[in-house]
Amino acid sequence: MAFQGALEIHRQIQEGKITAVSVLKQSLQAIAQQDLDIGAFLSVHGETALAEAAAVDAKVSAGETLPLLAGVPIAIKDNINVTGMPTTCASNILTGYISPYNATVIEKIKTAGLPIVGKTNLDEFAMGSSTENSALKVTRNPWNHHCVPGGSSGGSAAAVAGAMVPLSLGSDTGGSVRQPASLCGLVGMKPTYGLVSRYGLVAFGSSLDQISPFAGDVADAAALLQLIAGFDPLDSTTLKTETPDYLTTLEQLPSNLRIGVIQELNGEGMQPEVAENFAQMIELCQKQLGASIQTISMSGIQPAIAAYYIVATAEASSNLARFDGVRYGQRKKTTGDVHAMYRKTRAEGFGPEVTRRIMLGTFCLSSGYYDAYYGKAQRARALLRKQFQEAYGQVDLLICPTSPTTAFKIGEKASDPLSMYLSDIATIPVNLAGIPAISIPSGFDKSGLPMGLQILGPRLSENKIFQVARAIEQVTGYHHLLPPALAQTVAQ
Amino acid sequence: MTAVLSQTQYETVVGLEVHVQLKTASKLFCACANHFGDKPNQNTCPVCLALPGVLPVLNEQALNFAVRLGLALNCQIASRSKFDRKQYFYPDLPKAYQISQFDQPVCENGYLMLSNGKKVRILRAHMEEDAGKLVHSGADGLAGSDYSLVDLNRAGTPLVEIVSLPDISSGEEAQEYMTQIRNIVRYLDVCDGNLEEGSMRCDANVSIRPVGQIELGVKTEVKNMNSFKAVRRAVESEVERQIQLVESGQRVVQESRLWNDATGTTITMRSKEEAHDYRYFPEPDLRPLTLDPAWVESIRKELPQLPAQRLEKLTKTFGLSEYDAGILVEFKELGDFFEATAAICQNYKAITNWLMGDITAALKTEKWTLDQTKLTPQALAELINLVDATTISNAIAKKLLPELISAGGSPEALVKEKGMAQVSDEAAIRAMIQPILDANPQQLTDYRAGKDKLFGFFVGQVMKASQGAVNPEMLNQILKAMLAGP
Ligand SMILES: [Zn+2]
Repeated sequence: MAFQGALEIHRQIQEGKITAVSVLKQSLQAIAQQDLDIGAFLSVHGETALAEAAAVDAKVSAGETLPLLAGVPIAIKDNINVTGMPTTCASNILTGYISPYNATVIEKIKTAGLPIVGKTNLDEFAMGSSTENSALKVTRNPWNHHCVPGGSSGGSAAAVAGAMVPLSLGSDTGGSVRQPASLCGLVGMKPTYGLVSRYGLVAFGSSLDQISPFAGDVADAAALLQLIAGFDPLDSTTLKTETPDYLTTLEQLPSNLRIGVIQELNGEGMQPEVAENFAQMIELCQKQLGASIQTISMSGIQPAIAAYYIVATAEASSNLARFDGVRYGQRKKTTGDVHAMYRKTRAEGFGPEVTRRIMLGTFCLSSGYYDAYYGKAQRARALLRKQFQEAYGQVDLLICPTSPTTAFKIGEKASDPLSMYLSDIATIPVNLAGIPAISIPSGFDKSGLPMGLQILGPRLSENKIFQVARAIEQVTGYHHLLPPALAQTVAQ
Repeated sequence: MTAVLSQTQYETVVGLEVHVQLKTASKLFCACANHFGDKPNQNTCPVCLALPGVLPVLNEQALNFAVRLGLALNCQIASRSKFDRKQYFYPDLPKAYQISQFDQPVCENGYLMLSNGKKVRILRAHMEEDAGKLVHSGADGLAGSDYSLVDLNRAGTPLVEIVSLPDISSGEEAQEYMTQIRNIVRYLDVCDGNLEEGSMRCDANVSIRPVGQIELGVKTEVKNMNSFKAVRRAVESEVERQIQLVESGQRVVQESRLWNDATGTTITMRSKEEAHDYRYFPEPDLRPLTLDPAWVESIRKELPQLPAQRLEKLTKTFGLSEYDAGILVEFKELGDFFEATAAICQNYKAITNWLMGDITAALKTEKWTLDQTKLTPQALAELINLVDATTISNAIAKKLLPELISAGGSPEALVKEKGMAQVSDEAAIRAMIQPILDANPQQLTDYRAGKDKLFGFFVGQVMKASQGAVNPEMLNQILKAMLAGP
């Protein structure tokens, strides 16, 4: 049986048609069947999840009204802390580490009653765009097992695309949820910076990171974001906004919709099919949604990649300094002094991409270079923010392809970090500006690999983004499509 | 301080960096108790252990304390401030960075006035978190130890670092500057002000230059002074050392030096002295601070009386000597008691004498603080009034004090109850003297024959018989007359 949408599953549990335990068992069975091939999960926690599912069923039996999404199994990227479970960040440096505390989003998920099925693979410390930088496992794209699922939240994307769970959480620092959503045919939503608490998310780029949902359709993504959003006294950077309600108005379409196409993100370096698909999407917005389309030029887009790799690596170099072997994780024994221990622990504990970024970031913050790099990057960031603001004076939303290419072969780009960095050009500006953006499935290339459309809005415009994304999804019907091989298995 | 060895006269130039540990209920960025003396790592949580994924949240009380301190140090309070990360690896620093303030401290441009009239300018006072503690086995430090244990109870304790400009010109001024800051933090009730226990710490940047030279000399940073006297001695010793070096044709090297109180010298710290690059950058986990001027004003209005204000009041309004006033300022409890008593008793000198004499002595013996006793300003005022009205003698008053301290009560009532009132009635005194004269005929004869010294004998006998309750002046007068004969 195929997974239905999370909201549909939840409705059936609430109505007593199915039990949360049976749903969870299906999920665990799907993992057992598929994950040897896919490699989405780093750890599976069936027992605790079963207890959580049983608690939901007990509530249904007692006639209680369940919180939103109760009973829907969920997978969590392994850089988000869950009490009693390992947090590996897909790194050797955290070998053996079990978290003693819950991230704020996990508290919310547990309170609502979503059984946590397991922790998913990622690029080590969320640094990468293919999940190939995981020190622990290879994750394959359910649409083509020779291809990457994207990254860094590749495990969470593959878990949903492979129909092992209906929902998952990733983290998005420069596109780490939207790009794998695009490559795996899913919906991935990066909210406004500060909408979701980062407490308990292992920091990569503190001023860029946001925990973000993956789902099979827009409504499910909206429901999950609604559940995890809100001010958190434990995260000073969260916004003091009301708890959002996206579902009530989800089916409404804004009138006189004005959509902008970012000139700098249309054309150059794109796979021809992606360009073609994007042209179709523009036409769809015009003809089916009645939107007016205009081209917006933003000179701040090109410098964004350089600015991003300075800001993100600078913050990462500082955030990852705590992995020193003193208090937790792996400590490498040496005969030298404590600094020798630091060197050996960190040199052996971190993989090459993490090491590269720590060194880059350390260099950028070094005395004498700060202004030339970090200072300049902050100015580029401010300029980009201003240009987005100006753009939103002319249009309601902006669109562009999420990724310039569809999923590439495992190993294809691994030796070329620069081309990997450049492939994030459409997603990075969103994090630098702190604005929300969604990626929704927009079609398939010749080999049947999914493509994605990115919709960007001004700060706290999640509601409008969801409405438009929902309208497009209804026209295309690309949501909840299963990879052909999987659809066959399911049909049998 | 100046010293002359050769022809050159040298001038001492000192700037102090003072760390003040704020006695907030919880730590600077987490809810852990800000408390010492507990089991190692008892007061820790995911945040101050720097577990993966945690975030800091600023303690509002700590910000309030820092602003209070800044105002008391005559600083400007920034309307916008921010926190930065100061990065270095050390096992007592769990995040491998200290959240501090780099270029936008909460307080700037203050000053303190020394008693010699000199103004010591304060460059800045910024907030930061303390590190944990290391316990080494088999060595004094991390280097060479068999193993070292990490206690993070102190990690995250709020600190204010007060940085002065190099306006201090002697060890004595350095000591006074520190003492003033200690008094201020105690008056504000933001810190224990205890150098010995480390709730206040001080690093001195010391250099010398020939008198008249404008350019500053090479400075050394002297650490590890655990008392106010040590601050003075360390500065003086380091200045001596620098002068010796220069006089012998050598150079002062910029370095950190450790004060050794036992030997009275500073020694170079064996750190490798690699130039530290702390790679400061703005703390992305905390929003920049916006300090509402109205809020700052409300704190200013609620500031208690400060040491400088008390000193002026004690000397100008109450006419106390600089010395007496200084002691009453330094020991805030005594000062508070003085002011409360002075409000109801005008004999300020007597209040001072009582407080600094018998009362302090009694407290010392019993190891009490004033508020642990039953003595009240009302009682002290009454006691002084009884002496001034010659109802009791000073000797009787001193006898009453222990009971007032341990059991409390009203001196007037006690005097009545115990019949200790001083006898000032002439007839009564005569009636007391006569039996003494009758009982000692030989001594009386000897006195009348010219043995003047026996006068003291008769005074003693009367005092003994009356248990000291006779007005001493009247006794002298009447006794003299009666001894002289009818
Ligand atoms: Zn704590």
